[in-house]
Amino acid sequence: MFHFNILVLACLSYATFLFVVAFWAEKRAEAGRLGWLRSPWIYTLSLSIYCTAWTFYGAVGYAARSGLEYLTIYLGPSLVMIGWWWILRKLVRIGRTQRITSVADLISSRYGKSTTLGVLVTLLAVIGTTPYIALQLQSVALSFAVFGLNDPSGMVVPDLDKTALWVAAGLALFTILFGTRNLDANERHHGVVTAIALEAVVKFVALVGVGSFVVWGLSDGMNDLMARIDASPVAQHSIHGTRWITLTLLSGAALITLPRMFQVIVVENVDENHLFTAGWAFPLYLFGMSLFVIPIAVVGLDVLPKGSNPDMFVLTLPLHYDQRVLATLSFLGGFSSATSMVIVASIALSTMVSNHIVMPIWLSSRTGGATMSGDVRSVVLSARRLSIFGVLALGYLYFHFSGGSEALASIGMISFSGVAQVLPALLGGIFWRGATRVGAIAGVVLGFCVWAYSMFLPSFGAAAGYTQAFLDNGPFGIALLRPQALFGVEGVDPVVHAVVWSIALNTLVFVLGSLMSFPRPVERLQGAQFVSVFEHTGSTRGWSHGFAEAEDLLVMAQRILGPTDAQNLFQVEAEAQGKQGYLPDTTSEFIERLERELAGSVGAATAHAMLGQIAGGVLVSVEDLMAVADETAQMLEYSTQLEHKSEELARTARQLREANGKLTALSIQKDAFLSQISHELRTPMTSIRAFSEILREAGQTGEMDGESLARFSGIIHDEAQRLTRLLDDLLDLSVLENGSVTLNWTRTNLHDVIERAVQATSGGAAGAITIRRHALSEHIAIETDPDRLAQVFINLITNASKYCDAAAPELKIYTRRIGEDAIQIDFIDNGSGIAKDKQAVIFEKFSRLTDHAKAGGAGLGLAICREIMVNLGGTISYLPGQGGAAFRLDLARVRSRSA
Amino acid sequence: MAEGRSPVYLARASYRRRRLIDAQRLLPFLLLGLWLLPLLWGGEGTGQPLGAGSRSFVHVFVVWALGILAAGWLAFLLAHGAARTEELLTSQSRSEGASGDVTPPEDRR
Repeated sequence: MFHFNILVLACLSYATFLFVVAFWAEKRAEAGRLGWLRSPWIYTLSLSIYCTAWTFYGAVGYAARSGLEYLTIYLGPSLVMIGWWWILRKLVRIGRTQRITSVADLISSRYGKSTTLGVLVTLLAVIGTTPYIALQLQSVALSFAVFGLNDPSGMVVPDLDKTALWVAAGLALFTILFGTRNLDANERHHGVVTAIALEAVVKFVALVGVGSFVVWGLSDGMNDLMARIDASPVAQHSIHGTRWITLTLLSGAALITLPRMFQVIVVENVDENHLFTAGWAFPLYLFGMSLFVIPIAVVGLDVLPKGSNPDMFVLTLPLHYDQRVLATLSFLGGFSSATSMVIVASIALSTMVSNHIVMPIWLSSRTGGATMSGDVRSVVLSARRLSIFGVLALGYLYFHFSGGSEALASIGMISFSGVAQVLPALLGGIFWRGATRVGAIAGVVLGFCVWAYSMFLPSFGAAAGYTQAFLDNGPFGIALLRPQALFGVEGVDPVVHAVVWSIALNTLVFVLGSLMSFPRPVERLQGAQFVSVFEHTGSTRGWSHGFAEAEDLLVMAQRILGPTDAQNLFQVEAEAQGKQGYLPDTTSEFIERLERELAGSVGAATAHAMLGQIAGGVLVSVEDLMAVADETAQMLEYSTQLEHKSEELARTARQLREANGKLTALSIQKDAFLSQISHELRTPMTSIRAFSEILREAGQTGEMDGESLARFSGIIHDEAQRLTRLLDDLLDLSVLENGSVTLNWTRTNLHDVIERAVQATSGGAAGAITIRRHALSEHIAIETDPDRLAQVFINLITNASKYCDAAAPELKIYTRRIGEDAIQIDFIDNGSGIAKDKQAVIFEKFSRLTDHAKAGGAGLGLAICREIMVNLGGTISYLPGQGGAAFRLDLARVRSRSA
Repeated sequence: MAEGRSPVYLARASYRRRRLIDAQRLLPFLLLGLWLLPLLWGGEGTGQPLGAGSRSFVHVFVVWALGILAAGWLAFLLAHGAARTEELLTSQSRSEGASGDVTPPEDRR
């Protein structure tokens, strides 16, 4: 018989060996000499934590109870690894680029860093995994008991409960030691991975060893084995079709969604290309693990006494034949399967719990948030350690109070279905940009509720209120809500029923919720990054842990604050630290102070992001960027507003200046005019008075000849006429300006009007100017007041002849018809034109450009022209740049009726 | 060798690669289908339980083994092809215009 104490010793030495291996790997990783520890084989072996004690012991029991069905648990993951590792590849890429630490982190990040989702998934994972951990504790305790029963002389009386407690405590110690050694950004645990890879080898060798012993030691080769299988009750179980398909798919999903699998596949992955190897090597591992299960079950049922627990055949068969070494190996295999699962699961769960539950609570309980980085670090580590302890304690308590269930398989199935509720949100999140937070929350919550109602709680039986009557009649007698026949779906296997309903409703609600809700900006950004991760990342980036170099900081600070201020700041800080020069140690206080200083210049978010880049080696998160963008946008908007306002002010000032200039000019004009008009009125008046006095005196004396008489009275007549003309002009203008002029609208030929004007001016001084016309183009029928229009023409011609200072004065008159209804007439002379500063005022009243008496008018001509044109429905404007004074008349061909 | 032949090889190589990936994605469907076969054996009217006996046991494991072989072969081709493609790209850019004949065609092995 086998000595129990030796077993305990073997077990302890094995555990010590694991510690040593983990420690050694950790040291090598620290020294950066990972070597073959980074190989795809280690990665593949670490994936084998999929095979827990549930596989090692439970598969045989499962096979003994229901035949081939146990295979579904390994076929599903094989399918995923063989052909669909591109899903895993995408997960791995996302995990590396987004610094994902757990499945809860992935989902929370994808849906806009939602705290709610993080908490939900964490809770789901904890609830789903706790029974599984209990299961592992139970299997280790049971295997101890099996040995203990075989050796009553053992020093320790095997007490299931006590053993489980010891195992849990040992595992907690190991996990805390190697799972929370460092808080590296990449969350990789080389020691743990190496240890579980070693355990993977041990359990594989152990199971294959027992299998070989059964096939070649207890049977007579393959033929005999086949005959025994056919004769055995194991082969008489028929395959349950729906269960076969459902469980295959479910276990395939579990490969992705189980927290511990996510941990080893995504988080602990060091190289994406390892998936190439794992794609076929991991199915091969599973193949080897399940190959000998049926033979062991068949032979065990055959040779062991009736009533033996088939879950322990892997142990009891070698013991039955007194194969001590094999039995010990087998025990260590089972121990390995259980411990590796518990270690990785508790690391994964503790990461989730500390990141998504403990830290948010801690941060919100502190006023002012996390102010010191070192502070947070120690809190995170303690939170991790506490969480590991808590998770294992939960597992132990579950085992303690459930009293240990005989059938391992059902617990595993419940766990699988529970964590599979994450699948729709997970796959939807990485393949569908339209998936939203609302949809994900609704899906996960509903799926969880259905799973709890139809699968998880029923596993507690009557203790949770699931009495037979409840199962038969449903809550409050509502038959549609019977836990294992929801909505009247009866006669289905309970597992299939729960899985199909929970996943179907979960997916439905997820899709509907996503379609009907509107994502927040962060969510949309994250969604885009997750879904098109391969387009955004060329090659995966290493997580070099950045060091805050004081010099880098100084360079940056100089750029922002200016050299003098930055150097002063650094010098003062260096002095405060008792150092010479400009480079202080980059303590967190200093960085904080620097950040505040920089924030004054570039805004808090930008300063944080910039320092984060240099000091923390941290990638800037989307939120940081959005905050930066927000600040920048605000500043931009503000400065745009300022700019706008100043532009407006400048515009107004310009307008005012112009108006002022015009007013001043007008005022000067008016003064000039007043003196001019008084002069104009006085000059004829003076001569009229003088000559009339001469005439009067001559009348008294009678000594004037007829010739002088005629001449003097002629002068008086002329001067009187000039006065009258001036007064006429003024009157005319005032009438035109008031709009009370009566126009004599008739249809006429434009040519006739121009001809008349030219004829009228051809005599006298005006005749000196040559007028060039193009008579043909002037023949345009026009509706106008010909007299008034002629008046304008006469005025312009007179002006030209008066002011044109060319040696051979010449006036060109061009007439154009524009379109159907507009006429344009240009009067262009060849003089020196009108100075630019005068152009603005020539149409004003009383405006005279020259003082010389030749002008003869009072400066009212153009003002009258303008008013006439306005009254005729046209405009007159000065046309600069024509080589002389040029005036353009725009006229409507037909009278505008509305005018 | 004429210049400008390597782009043809390149396109061909990436084409092969994409078809290999297709094959890999479709393989699970084939395996799932084959693993469902035992559900058609036995059952009502034959007096045998559905999918029972050593025949199903052997069938499942043979399919599994073949699947692993196929996956391993595809993974080998893909990993090898990836190296080939990169090698092709780098050597081509290095000896731009010097020689078009860089590597033998992708699918000759």
